[in-house]
Amino acid sequence: MNGGRKVGIVISGVGGQGILLAAEIMGKAALRAGMNALVSEVHGMAQRGGSVVCTVRIGDVYSPLIADGSADAILSLEPIEALRNLGCLKKEGIIVTDISQIIPFTVSSGLERYPPLPEVYAEMKKKCGRLLKIDALTLATDAGAKIARNITMLGALCGSGVLPFSKECLLETIRETVPAKFVEANERAFESGYEAAKNE
Amino acid sequence: MDVTLDKTGEKVLLLGNEAIVRGALEAGIGIATTYPGTPSSEIADTFSKIAKLAKAEGRDPGYYMEYSTNEKVALEVAAAGAAVGVRALTCMKHVGLNVAADTFMTYAYVGTNGGHIIVSADDPGCHSSQNEQDNRYYALFGMIPMLEPATPEEAKEMTRLGMELSETLKSPLLLRTTTRLNHVRGPVKLGHIIRGKTKGVFEKDPMLVTVPSVARVRHPQLLAKMEKAADIGETSPFNFVETFGDGCKAGIVTSGVSYNYVREAVADLGLSCRILKLGMTNPLPPKLCADFICSVDTLVVVEEGEPFLENQFKEMAKDLNRCDVKILGKGAGSMSRLYEYTPSIVTETLAGIFGKENPYHSENTVELKMPSRPPTLCAGCPHRATYYAAKLAAPKGTIYPTDIGCYTLGRAKPLEMADYLLCMGSNGGTACGFSKTTDQKVISFMGDSTFFHSGIPPMVNAVHHSHDVTMTVLDNRTTAMTGHQPHPGSEVDGMGNPAVAIAVEEVARGCGVKHVEVVDSRDIKGAREAFKRALDYKGPSVIVSKSPCILLEIRDKRRAGEPIIPYVVDQEKCRKCGVCIAKFGCPAFYYDEVGDVCINKTMCNSCGVCASICAFGAISPEEQKPAKEVKE
Repeated sequence: MNGGRKVGIVISGVGGQGILLAAEIMGKAALRAGMNALVSEVHGMAQRGGSVVCTVRIGDVYSPLIADGSADAILSLEPIEALRNLGCLKKEGIIVTDISQIIPFTVSSGLERYPPLPEVYAEMKKKCGRLLKIDALTLATDAGAKIARNITMLGALCGSGVLPFSKECLLETIRETVPAKFVEANERAFESGYEAAKNE
Repeated sequence: MDVTLDKTGEKVLLLGNEAIVRGALEAGIGIATTYPGTPSSEIADTFSKIAKLAKAEGRDPGYYMEYSTNEKVALEVAAAGAAVGVRALTCMKHVGLNVAADTFMTYAYVGTNGGHIIVSADDPGCHSSQNEQDNRYYALFGMIPMLEPATPEEAKEMTRLGMELSETLKSPLLLRTTTRLNHVRGPVKLGHIIRGKTKGVFEKDPMLVTVPSVARVRHPQLLAKMEKAADIGETSPFNFVETFGDGCKAGIVTSGVSYNYVREAVADLGLSCRILKLGMTNPLPPKLCADFICSVDTLVVVEEGEPFLENQFKEMAKDLNRCDVKILGKGAGSMSRLYEYTPSIVTETLAGIFGKENPYHSENTVELKMPSRPPTLCAGCPHRATYYAAKLAAPKGTIYPTDIGCYTLGRAKPLEMADYLLCMGSNGGTACGFSKTTDQKVISFMGDSTFFHSGIPPMVNAVHHSHDVTMTVLDNRTTAMTGHQPHPGSEVDGMGNPAVAIAVEEVARGCGVKHVEVVDSRDIKGAREAFKRALDYKGPSVIVSKSPCILLEIRDKRRAGEPIIPYVVDQEKCRKCGVCIAKFGCPAFYYDEVGDVCINKTMCNSCGVCASICAFGAISPEEQKPAKEVKE
């Protein structure tokens, strides 16, 4: 077996939610902390309102993709998208999900059904070590950074303790990555998520 | 920008596609050309971004780049640069090489002076493609040396050193990548960026004109080049052997991203074996491969796609009289020929072959039924409006040949306006065929970028043969699907310079189409009438449906600080006929808990087409008539 510590995170959501940026920031933070990191992204057709999945792997890794049942955490910007990727998660893994639904058109037009959220969460709880439900919209809005919900969620993931590098390292990477005029708002968004996860 | 960072020795996280650009910059690239296509698009987009930034700062980017009309033209533009000694790169998606294949095959005969790297971005698993063809066969077919990177770091180095290899061999070189290389971010150690030649002098040489007598001389020269390339492969740093455990008599041959999955599986399963990792996969280095074959009794070939290496290794084993070596891959062995590989697939297969237990398996099967979330045309997309208008005008049974772009999503319910698709530009040719071989009406659809790419020859064909077809050009003034790249209808080119914008309707008239109408995509009534007239017209007709991509319109409005006023449904007037939600199918619409039709305020992009199709005047912009409730 491989000795080095490996951390694998699945980031899921819907095209346009800023999933790619969250994944990139995580990868850059790992590099900043002197670790190896690989990030797989999704570009192209899937981004037109479809399901999007990115993976981040940190440590002594070669593959950017995560083997079934081996992810340490799922960070999801939409509840049902977390459930969709449950197969990647290890038994004791963590799910950090935003509670705001994005209803697919297949549902809003009456062709399919979005199961009630309590059922979605119950299913998750059965199959993970820990479930963190984050109201990122309220947190980001209260922090005056409504557009930085992805960063709020990143803060929550950091607060869950699953990441192998420091909070400061992640914040420094955020400062470096987002446009100068949005740095403060993103910092506040990050902190709001971080605290929410800590207090959960 | 990390990709242009001037810090030799520093490690930065780059996307595979960015790493290719970095490698080209470190090799002194002089010309870069493309036609955009996923998963290759960010290569040229990065060249474009760097050039535009340089322009804004009054600097010379040090190279010329262009989004050419199609892959064939892109390859030819760059080939001319390489002919005069300018280092060149041409990138495209795998099916783009089909378009450029005519050039590619004879280019191998003619060769180059400056290095020329042709990037083929293959898409195993069809993330965003119409097939999963394995373009490694093009290298074999065309006798062009090939490199296959496994990581962004390797992609950078292969681009940089590949440029030298191309010059040594005087041959273009195929850099064959796959989605999980193009769209993977990994650490890349930066080297020094150098300024290369951007101009050369064309030295006339009759051997550059491939008439039959020249081609007959060039062919044996090409074979000699491949022998030289095979020699180089014997000592290439991109081909190497690794030993794990006591090595024993088991060998694994692999290339490209499959190597990453093999490396993890070997560690996770604790395998004793030797790995032959091939980075230069055409031509294969005969001695290195022979030594490897002779050192093992079992050889497992792990490669995504077709049995490209496997069949060549079988052939080599036979020539070596070593048919006793068991070669396991897609034949014996259970490696799949389908889709893309994952760590789970490779670990599971190797565990089976080596008699180990796969430590990774999911116990998490979800019992709850989840709704699907396929990609859809955006709220406010003008294509939806055009499809809706055409559907209203066309008789039942009308055939709708379609093409490659966002608008292919019109295949989905409720529009169902895409019936037949082969490849870029196929809408026009197949429309001609259907008009001759059926008695059904035919309305075909293509985007504006597709029209310039390969939509014009079928239009000429329709005119010449008087085919009774209506060809529709969905003109949103951009190459939307791949990330809004410019095309010949754009006013600014990839380097940020003013360009001559060509009007689709003028080209159509120039092709000899007598019945050409330009409509506003959002004017459903006007477009419907235009489609009716086109259908009544005997012979080829063209409808150019114009309206900018909604994503660009919204972006421009946001930049200008203009409000985006959402539309709302007046529940007093709404009769729940369902035209807006069930027939038009804008994804901003939904039924609320009590069954009322509502518009999602954050999704509505304010195009207003829904208001024009509502027979009861129940839909209007929010400010004019605030309605009951809108979902946040």
